[in-house]
Amino acid sequence: MTQSWRLPEGGAIDRSRPLAFDYDGTRYEGYAGDTLASALLANGVHLVARSFKYHRPRGIHSAGAEEPNALVQLARAARTEPNTRATVQELYDGIVAGSQNCWPSVRFDAGAIADAMSPILPAGFYYKTFMWPPTPKWWLKYERAIRRAAGMGRAPGVPDPDHYEHQYAHCDVLVIGGGPAGLAAARAAANAGARVIVCQQSPHFGGHLFGIDVGSIDDRPAADWVDGTIAELTERADVTLLSRTTAFGYYDDNLVGAIERLTDHLPSPPAHLPRQRMWMIRAKAVVLASGAIERGIAYANNDLPGTLLAGAALTYVKRYGVRLGTQAVVFANNDGAYGAALGLHEAGVRISAIVDVRQESQLGGALPARARATGLVLLPASVIARARGRLRVSSVDVVPRAGGAAKSFDCDVTAVSGGYSPAVHLFSQARGSLKYDPMTASFFPDASPWPIIPAGAVNGHFSLAEAIADGEAAGAAAVERAGLHITGSTPAPPTRRANPVAVEPFWAVASHHRRAKSFVDLQNDVTVADIALATREGYQAAEHLKRYTTLGMGTDQGKTSNVIGLALLGEQLGLSIPEVGTTTFRPPYTPVTLGAFPGHAQGPHVEPTRYTGMHAWHEEHGARLVNAGLWKRPHSYPRPGESEDAAANREAHNVRENVGIVDVSTLGKIELQGRDVPALLDRIYINRWDTLQIGRCRYGVMLREDGIVRDDGTTSRLDATHYLMTTTTANAVSIMQHIDRLLQIDWPELDVYATSVTEQWAAAALSGPKARKVLAQLVDIDVSNEAFPFLAVAACRARIANGDISARVFRISYSGELAYEIHVPSSQGRVVWEAVLDAGQAFGIMPYGTEAMNTLRVEKGHVVIGSEIDGRTTAADIGMEKLVNPTKWCIGKPLLTRPALNAPDRWQLVGLTAQRGAPMPRGAKLVADPDRATPNPTLGHVTSWCFSPNLDAWIALALLSGGRSRYGETLWAVSPLADAKVRVKVGPSCFIDPSGERLRG
Amino acid sequence: MMLIPCPYCGPRNQIEFTYGGDATLRRPAPDAPESAWVDYVYLRDNPCGPHDELWYHGAGCRSWFKVRRDTRTHQILESATIDPPQPADP
Repeated sequence: MTQSWRLPEGGAIDRSRPLAFDYDGTRYEGYAGDTLASALLANGVHLVARSFKYHRPRGIHSAGAEEPNALVQLARAARTEPNTRATVQELYDGIVAGSQNCWPSVRFDAGAIADAMSPILPAGFYYKTFMWPPTPKWWLKYERAIRRAAGMGRAPGVPDPDHYEHQYAHCDVLVIGGGPAGLAAARAAANAGARVIVCQQSPHFGGHLFGIDVGSIDDRPAADWVDGTIAELTERADVTLLSRTTAFGYYDDNLVGAIERLTDHLPSPPAHLPRQRMWMIRAKAVVLASGAIERGIAYANNDLPGTLLAGAALTYVKRYGVRLGTQAVVFANNDGAYGAALGLHEAGVRISAIVDVRQESQLGGALPARARATGLVLLPASVIARARGRLRVSSVDVVPRAGGAAKSFDCDVTAVSGGYSPAVHLFSQARGSLKYDPMTASFFPDASPWPIIPAGAVNGHFSLAEAIADGEAAGAAAVERAGLHITGSTPAPPTRRANPVAVEPFWAVASHHRRAKSFVDLQNDVTVADIALATREGYQAAEHLKRYTTLGMGTDQGKTSNVIGLALLGEQLGLSIPEVGTTTFRPPYTPVTLGAFPGHAQGPHVEPTRYTGMHAWHEEHGARLVNAGLWKRPHSYPRPGESEDAAANREAHNVRENVGIVDVSTLGKIELQGRDVPALLDRIYINRWDTLQIGRCRYGVMLREDGIVRDDGTTSRLDATHYLMTTTTANAVSIMQHIDRLLQIDWPELDVYATSVTEQWAAAALSGPKARKVLAQLVDIDVSNEAFPFLAVAACRARIANGDISARVFRISYSGELAYEIHVPSSQGRVVWEAVLDAGQAFGIMPYGTEAMNTLRVEKGHVVIGSEIDGRTTAADIGMEKLVNPTKWCIGKPLLTRPALNAPDRWQLVGLTAQRGAPMPRGAKLVADPDRATPNPTLGHVTSWCFSPNLDAWIALALLSGGRSRYGETLWAVSPLADAKVRVKVGPSCFIDPSGERLRG
Repeated sequence: MMLIPCPYCGPRNQIEFTYGGDATLRRPAPDAPESAWVDYVYLRDNPCGPHDELWYHGAGCRSWFKVRRDTRTHQILESATIDPPQPADP
């Protein structure tokens, strides 16, 4: 018979819709509206898990997101999810779940040996136990074994089949929590004309009212008030109600992250729906109506299955119609728990006793009176000293606080309440300070620099009427904080009643049983004794205690345990709780699936992809593409059967022999216009610019303020006041930003206008001895060496397949050959590229990629940002000291005179040739003797390398200590990572045509 | 994520901006002693409280502007355009 513990009637479940599910291999039945936890309890299953450290049997402890124990593995093939809280997982038909952290089964778990061994496993045991032999190597071995033993659940082994999306939203008032206070706040704000969003973490609005008949509002049942308010809010176009949505983090300026679960409750999620949607809500004001979380009391064996929070017991009885057991003991330090006692009693659970730590004189409240009138047994000034049982609680020993003989009470359910902790997490994340109220032993929100207004139980208003009044006041205050006009007067919040549930602070029952554990933090198996031990060992700050004992860590982040731990720490140290302080509340409030953070920004969508105007041609012609920043660039164009390396060598060789063309559209391009452009250039480049004539260009080097090389490139003077600067691909954005800063902040008096045109121009470099012959066929200007010499620039018309277009031609060479750059509007990139290839066909033209381009520049000794210019090199280090103009100031120049930047042992740019054919990998260290014992002094390192098809040798560029005085020396390039050890000869960095005859010819 | 009030575009998410450091720094004169340059390049105050700093709206209007931000709370107390020109160092 299934659901034998289901009450015959009652509860917010749909008894007409039975759902089958599977837990630990057994088939059960529940109803629509159940959580996995309530369905298990309806079938009498309390034991659902084993604890993290000691593998002790554990049951369902709460009825909400704060659950420390009932973490289960949902098995849905690729959708398997560990650490799912059974208390919030909605039941769906066919759900398959199981317990974690136990083997072979939850009833018999071999890991429970840890419990027997617990005397040698105190807090911090692994720091003490695994200290020998004292080398990190051994600790790493131990750690692996400890991790294996300690794991919680299994991560999915295959890619996530679901997708997640992001939603940005803006509102005047964001209400976090859809209970009575939150709904009242939302209604007040909406009535004042505010745009409102309400987040409710469970599927239903109404908070603790949902499915639980507590009190009435305006002479109506509370549930009617909830339904009416929801109906009213639903009608408004400017109110968004989000259920199954947890506000998990508060970030600067009222940005709240919330996660909406769309398909986690569906048996077969439709493909079109995202599994979860991450909301980023920018609110002008926030109302925090997050309620309060009940906490327990520590006593020996307070972790036995069947032990749960009193409020949770009431929830299971009322909302889910589950009779939790046959007889119960209620253990409390406040009036609230009596509601649970009465609810259990009404459901037919025999109440063996209500054990209350308070004195008889304190039990005058309405609920204790009702319990007494009902005939329930009250034991004032008493505590549970110990619970007994193996896989479920079977009895508890009760002793008077004043001391005396223990009396045993049989029970299979123990409902415990140690008071209520306001859910201040998001308020604290909003840098809000907390105020400790010693009477109720709770931290309440105090003041935040941001407009976040607490309302309801989180603000200390526990009664229904007060919570609603407080919500209305908070809603109106939020509207005002949002800067909206309010008609009429803002209602004042109700006065906070002192100690509304008559709590007497009480944390732990002193234990006289050495082997019996009293748990503070159930999820992390932290006991009262652990806290005492940590305090003795010197971990006396709240944050230290947390790290040493793991108190308050894990998926529940100590929602039910933190305050108890802090109180016990305070008791040990003789300090009050506010003196001890809290640990920091950090996002997320409850665990958030990692997949929700990237959303759709996954795989190719992590970053934008940039394509040049010629990209389609590259793809059609077999280019192998590589990423260059966000750009896709051709690495090489392998022919059928040809390797990439062979292709790059062929392409590089062809440039030196015939002619090649390479796509250089990714270069940063900045247009500069104005009378004072030369003045700007003089200040940002090390060389001189006021002498640059129209129709000429010049190479320049920029420094950082500290004198280190920042970027290089050419700038051309297109007209009297019109210049075009090129930057490296990598620095295109940062140089634009740099120039904007200089012009806007430092030198606003300069008449210069700058704008990036990187995207607007496609560029191709045509290089090789036959480049001029190709270009002559293409353009309408005289390109002879006399008319268009090295570093000349001209605007022209370029002939394309059907007509001609305007273009710019620059005689610049990166390869060291006779070379030209042709710039055309991006949309014309492909037609011009094809026109060049057509014109070059008779001259053996081949396209070449970045790999051949790299080979050509290494042969020529040209430096690149990131390899040779590595954030440490000066102009002198790369042999460009002569470029520094002595007659003018420029950025970075004043600090160039520092001695360390001019030391003779500076690492300087040199060329290396391998003595026996072998590559010298980038990063290889240069040493004099490769076999010398370590530490072997490093003289430098390889920065770029290639096989030179034109020299038929492996060559490299390197930065070498005192490099220019070492020409002719023989050194070793060693790279243990690449298993390389190569004898190299040091020489100048330029291997080909050092006098520049080719590029000037 | 901070909401930064660009004086030209209005409040925008922090991801649209780049931080530019202390807004009160002034580049020394070209002939200033090396120590002045070392101060300018390397030494920064790290105030606990209001800090005048530069931000660049790179994903918007490409303007640099000044912000006064409380480094303890990330609250932005005011923002302003760069002009009128800054007075020279005393």
